[in-house]
Amino acid sequence: MKIVKLFLYILMGGLGQSGGAVEPELRWGADMESGAPYAYRSPSDPSVTVGFEAEVVAALAEELGREPKFFQNNWEGLVEGLRRKDYDIAINGIEITPDRERVVRFSRPYYYTAQALAVRKDHATIMGLSDLKNKKVGTLGATLAERILRQQAFALEVVTYGEEVNLYGDLALGRIDAVLLDAPIALYYAAPNPQLKIVGPPIGEMRYGIITRLDDEELAIDVDQALGRLIASGKLRQILERWNLWNALTAQAWNLPVTPLDPPTAYEEYIKTAWTKPGLSARLQQYVGFLPLLAQGAWMTLKISILSMLLAMLTGILIALGRVYGNGVLSAGCLAFVEVFRGTPLLIQLFLIFYGLPHLGVRLDPFFAAVLGLGLNYGACEAENYRAGILAVARSQTDAALALGMNWRQTQRHVVLPQAFRLVIPPMTNDFIALLKDSSLVSVISMVELTTIYGQLASTHFDYLGIGLLTAAMYFLIGLPFVRLSRYLERRLNTSLQSVRR
Amino acid sequence: MAISIRDVKCSLDSRPVVDGISLEVEPGDLVAVIGPSGCGKSTLLRCINGLETLSAGEIKVYDTKLEAPSKIGMAEFRHRAFAVRQIVGMVFQSFNLFPHLTVFQNIALGPEVVLGLSKDVAAVRTEQLLQKVGLIGKAHSYPDVLSGGQQQRAAIARALAMNPKLLLYDEPTSALDPTLVHEVLRVMKQLDEEGMTQIVVTHEMRFARDVADRVLFLEDGKIVEIGPPEQIFGSPQSERTRNYLRHFQ
Repeated sequence: MKIVKLFLYILMGGLGQSGGAVEPELRWGADMESGAPYAYRSPSDPSVTVGFEAEVVAALAEELGREPKFFQNNWEGLVEGLRRKDYDIAINGIEITPDRERVVRFSRPYYYTAQALAVRKDHATIMGLSDLKNKKVGTLGATLAERILRQQAFALEVVTYGEEVNLYGDLALGRIDAVLLDAPIALYYAAPNPQLKIVGPPIGEMRYGIITRLDDEELAIDVDQALGRLIASGKLRQILERWNLWNALTAQAWNLPVTPLDPPTAYEEYIKTAWTKPGLSARLQQYVGFLPLLAQGAWMTLKISILSMLLAMLTGILIALGRVYGNGVLSAGCLAFVEVFRGTPLLIQLFLIFYGLPHLGVRLDPFFAAVLGLGLNYGACEAENYRAGILAVARSQTDAALALGMNWRQTQRHVVLPQAFRLVIPPMTNDFIALLKDSSLVSVISMVELTTIYGQLASTHFDYLGIGLLTAAMYFLIGLPFVRLSRYLERRLNTSLQSVRR
Repeated sequence: MAISIRDVKCSLDSRPVVDGISLEVEPGDLVAVIGPSGCGKSTLLRCINGLETLSAGEIKVYDTKLEAPSKIGMAEFRHRAFAVRQIVGMVFQSFNLFPHLTVFQNIALGPEVVLGLSKDVAAVRTEQLLQKVGLIGKAHSYPDVLSGGQQQRAAIARALAMNPKLLLYDEPTSALDPTLVHEVLRVMKQLDEEGMTQIVVTHEMRFARDVADRVLFLEDGKIVEIGPPEQIFGSPQSERTRNYLRHFQ
């Protein structure tokens, strides 16, 4: 049972790392994959979070006398993560809508903006919203843009995406005819693209707010007052101008002139670093620069995968024994476990464990939730592997062990399971490799692992190919030693298993 | 009395395989059980150490009495069968050695795991037994590289390592090449001379005649005839015994 102890030990270590004190920190949540200009990994130093919202938070924290502490979460999970108390505020281009106001509290708006329509440069017929009839229009899901498109009286096909970069990429490739998105996104991803152009006047109006929990009134008031001071002192305006985001809507709302005072230095810096194609040596240098970050992600992936696999093996063996030897009730219970965990998507299980259980008063640490979700899901698969393995060990072996005077536990421990184990090494290796890859799903419950890092880097650098290959290679390299180990074990153990079984 | 069997019945798939057998075995006896295939010889043997569940009657092995679970409950039956197996060893037709362990490990496993002996003490006992069955050179081989005769001798050593008061053999030589049969029988004969109580289900009539104290002829789950080998092989009382033994002349 050494494995169990080791398992608990590492798990506790994991818990210890990600817990943390609340006080002088201002814990803020955002998705670095959402890209420029919101919050993203700095192209010049990927370990740093930059973006106009990162600067807003920094200014806010200074006003409040707190230390900003960044917490990565999927954009779709930002509200739930806040309610789980993983962080105390979230700021990530979250539009103030009545739906959201029912579950979280919004600060006063820190930015006013609109939707911008982008098309290919050679596309002359689309000049505005009304020209979209029978066209294929892309946008991000659950945004104002999507609602606007769905409300149009004429027929058009709405295609929703998860990433801004993919949207404009597909537009350039001709897979879609137009893209309707928040103006800041268009400014950073469409305007600099030589193949694309922005057409027509801004559409609709939207306000970005900082969200806090409904029961956290004190912090909400502090945030509102601090924002008020930042607007009054001109600090917020300065930030927006540096990022080239100062616009008529915001100026009007705050009774300020539309003409910017400061040059858009941050914007220019971004366009220069992200939109100039680096040469081969510069690109290789860039990749080398990514390695520490990718290695960090790979280490997390490896940690989660190994612990999940250990949990899966432990669960699998217990369930398999219950299935094969248990009485009616136990056996049926174990079968139900297998059916439920094997028959429902891993993604749903992760959501239920991470975001569902807190509603029942069980709030699991992200790392723990990831290991638990993957471990139980794969435990169901392992249980079936092991059951097949146990059944493949001949009855005559059990007879011999019992005749020697062994009890049931000794028979399993010394005779059945060691033989079954050899038989299941190949399918188990398969499952471990599958688990290694499936572990990328835990980014939806705010774990930062290899695929999360890949998404963040790729969306900042529009380099889905190069960084993608680099990431794929990393997965391959992580899995390789385990494949080798399995082959070695198979060869070593099977030398003693060639006799005919009856 | 080492074993006292009274009116034992045992059904497999609701077919009566052992159908009312009574038998007493004195310590030091070697009883040979003969009879056609499917007559219930093996099942009778497996009833004695509780690998099969008897449906009526009782089997007393030294101080432990096995009865039908319908009478004493399944838990109690398992408990008593476990107790019986602590003093009864068994040797199987197809050896049933553990293929993932070497010959040495096969023999030492029981003493270490069941008797709780230290590795060193178990090793000494294992060495002695390897010597006894003539396998000292094969200690670290895996079963699958041994001949059938060697495997069966290893299986006997494995059973002996538990210091049983009684050994059951289920057709120990039936799976062997004819030229290897004698090496297994020699070990059994030696054990008989040392005073081991043994019950042997066998088709080796010469062995039964030369070594057994008593021979039991079984047919259709019932005892047809029981007596000293001179009687069974010399002047069988039953027509059915005579008919069966005719095949071996």
